[in-house]
Amino acid sequence: MLEQAAHLVVHGEAWTVKELFVLPNEYIYWSIQIVMYPFMTGLVAGAFVLSSLYHVFHVEKLKEIAKFSLVFSFSLLPVAMMPLLLHLQQPFRGINVMMTPHFTSAIAAFGIVFTTYACIVATELWFVYRAYFVTTALELKAKANKGAIDTFRQLLFSVLTLGAWDISKEAQQKDHKACTKMAAIGIPVACFLHGYAGFIFGSVKANALWMTPLMPVIFICSAVVSGIALCILYYVVVQEARKFMARRKLARWAKDPSAPTAEQLEGAKKEEVEITSNYLMYFMIAAITLEILDLIFRGYTQVKSWDILREVIMERDFIKIFVLQYGLGNALPFLMMVLPGRNVRRTTIACALVLFGVFMMRWNVVIGGQAFSLSFAGFMHYHLPIIPHDMETFKEGLFGALTVMTTPFVLFYFLNMIFPAFMVDKEDAQH
Amino acid sequence: MKRRDFLKKTIMVVAGASVPLSALDLVDPKEVLAANPDIHWAFLIDTHKCVGCGFCVKACKTENDIPFDAKVTRTWVERYVYTKDDRRYVDSPDGALYGYTESRIDLGQGNFKEIDPANVGKAFFVPKLCNHCETPPCTQVCPVGATYKTDDGVVLVDRSWCIGCGYCIMACPYGARFFHPVEKVADKCTFCYHRITKGLETACVNACPFGAREMCNIRDINEPTTKIIMNQRVGVLKDEFGTRPQAFYIGLAQEVR
Amino acid sequence: MKSHVWRPLFVVIVLLVVILVFRLFYVPNDFQSGEYGFMYSFHRASNEGEWKAMPVKYRDTGKTNMHEYCGECHGDEVKVRNEDLHGIIACENCHGPAYNHPEDPEKLVIDRSRGLCLRCHTDLPYTTSERKRIPGIDPKEHNVDEECVSCHNPHNPRLEEM
Repeated sequence: MLEQAAHLVVHGEAWTVKELFVLPNEYIYWSIQIVMYPFMTGLVAGAFVLSSLYHVFHVEKLKEIAKFSLVFSFSLLPVAMMPLLLHLQQPFRGINVMMTPHFTSAIAAFGIVFTTYACIVATELWFVYRAYFVTTALELKAKANKGAIDTFRQLLFSVLTLGAWDISKEAQQKDHKACTKMAAIGIPVACFLHGYAGFIFGSVKANALWMTPLMPVIFICSAVVSGIALCILYYVVVQEARKFMARRKLARWAKDPSAPTAEQLEGAKKEEVEITSNYLMYFMIAAITLEILDLIFRGYTQVKSWDILREVIMERDFIKIFVLQYGLGNALPFLMMVLPGRNVRRTTIACALVLFGVFMMRWNVVIGGQAFSLSFAGFMHYHLPIIPHDMETFKEGLFGALTVMTTPFVLFYFLNMIFPAFMVDKEDAQH
Repeated sequence: MKRRDFLKKTIMVVAGASVPLSALDLVDPKEVLAANPDIHWAFLIDTHKCVGCGFCVKACKTENDIPFDAKVTRTWVERYVYTKDDRRYVDSPDGALYGYTESRIDLGQGNFKEIDPANVGKAFFVPKLCNHCETPPCTQVCPVGATYKTDDGVVLVDRSWCIGCGYCIMACPYGARFFHPVEKVADKCTFCYHRITKGLETACVNACPFGAREMCNIRDINEPTTKIIMNQRVGVLKDEFGTRPQAFYIGLAQEVR
Repeated sequence: MKSHVWRPLFVVIVLLVVILVFRLFYVPNDFQSGEYGFMYSFHRASNEGEWKAMPVKYRDTGKTNMHEYCGECHGDEVKVRNEDLHGIIACENCHGPAYNHPEDPEKLVIDRSRGLCLRCHTDLPYTTSERKRIPGIDPKEHNVDEECVSCHNPHNPRLEEM
């Protein structure tokens, strides 16, 4: 109605600035949360692929980081969904995607692929930690005077065993085998989960920048890159913290005489980081090759949209794409890892840069794809809302993105209580 | 092949071919249509007739409860001005809700361009709205089945089922979709479904004093507008996307996208 | 199936059943594909009716049955107006949508603003457009701050006939 119009805000108006001729209904509808979405799903997929390198291909040296990245991948899972829900205009109807999936839409697969993937990761975790659940539950049962927390933990771990209390060697071997199988199924599903996130963009024929069949592959490669980078980074940080605690005997586990010493932790860290960063480089080469190929192809074929794309890529977003994404986020860390005398510290810094580079890539794809009008005669500029003044500018602003970014670490802290990511197998310790 | 077989086959082929031939003899398009009372809505825009008054935009916003001052609209009018030194300017301030009452071109961000009247080559107005495509990419990408094409060819949005993901807005090559500021769901032109199904014209067709906008049932070849679409040289917007638009234009120029 | 490794599968099956049962109650039963198939017309059928039921606001039927709705009561005026230059303009463009007039609203709000006239009568130097055939003025010079209707009769705008 005419009277109530004054206070109404059009979605997107708060952060979109239009220049030259932009169609009246065009705004940057997909903002920071949609940048976060492929970034977070990428981390999930990447972390899982890293853990699978050990579980499926038995890269023994990755054993420690594999367990960690599996748990971390699980704590990233709910967060992959968060940005999508935060950006929906009707978040309470999000369940409709599961209820009436319209399978010709790339997003409709989300509910099903995502749930399948969650089930696979959870199952794999169960196989890895079942023996631990059983022993912990039995230990707690035997304990004489239990507090409320211990009673709750006993109940929790008993439920988590799903009634499978057999921890004989044969039973554990079965776990092991099943775990390998789950990881093997998981890799294609993880790639699918992220590949279709790329498909969501790549299949939008209306968008000249997004529409390329390479998009899913580019997304998978950069997902694995970002996932591995984050795992290394977080692993190093956690190991540093544990080293500190082991030296000072701060935590309960550190007081245990069989606990790893600071030197052992340092040694383990070095080896794991060394190996993992090699994998990181392989995937980086694949990702960058594809991205550059896409760019060259567009420039060479020069279809109608190239005029405006060139202006966006080469002029308006030059710093974001070539300096921040390719330079700071790809070339520099690559050099840091390739040049001789690589050490943990340098690799860690490189990983942080790689993460930044992948984030910038997501940004340049999602925001860059909306930086020009469908009319090819105008531009849109995105201004990230920093200080929120209503729910929308919070959700789709800096603080919304930070909320999404910090959640996996909080979740990991709690999940680590149930699935101790740094637990050393008793059996292995004897080897 | 034996001769008998050959004869048999020949007879079969001739008999088979004679059926459609005889059918063709009897077919009269009008009779077929009478027996097949299908409705398929289509739109015709004559850019030569449009003067850019924006009455259509105003009527549409009122008829369909799109907040008047909100900077989104189901239909809009674009202005194209070509100068004699071969520069092209396009604008659509407020989607032409208040018409074109100034000769300067809106360049966005508060900048304007005044064009010397003596330098104006050709200039014209182009009304736009949802094309109600035959193969609409917006309904294809809806993850929940909240937007769809009706049997009579109109693309609608189910306001009680839309989750507001914005994928349809991204998928539309024409910028016809937006988020409704009140309903918080995707919104778009409905061809005034509540009017055309009652035998009324759409609000925009009704409001246009110059007949630049027309609607018709494209399956009824007796309708004058259908005749124009069938007999004159009409074009559609962005046919390279394979969307098969059902809004036809007379007098399109290359720069109109 | 006796091995314990199948237990997670049972959990997944239970989860699946819960989702499917929930779905049974949650999804309206008229969800279906229309003539355009699953890709283009998968929807809740009753939504079509909901759109059809939206209220009509503009009653005047424009050019085909010119001013039919208004003419029912205001027949004499409409007949005269029809012969004028402005007869091509639907009444409600200026008089406002009728809704359920004469009951609700009893009186329509007429837009007599300068801006309304300027939509067509601002002079734009577009020789190739139909706009050029409409008499136009420069709003910055032609009786600024005055409403057009104080001199011109919108129903018969020719000054010489006033």
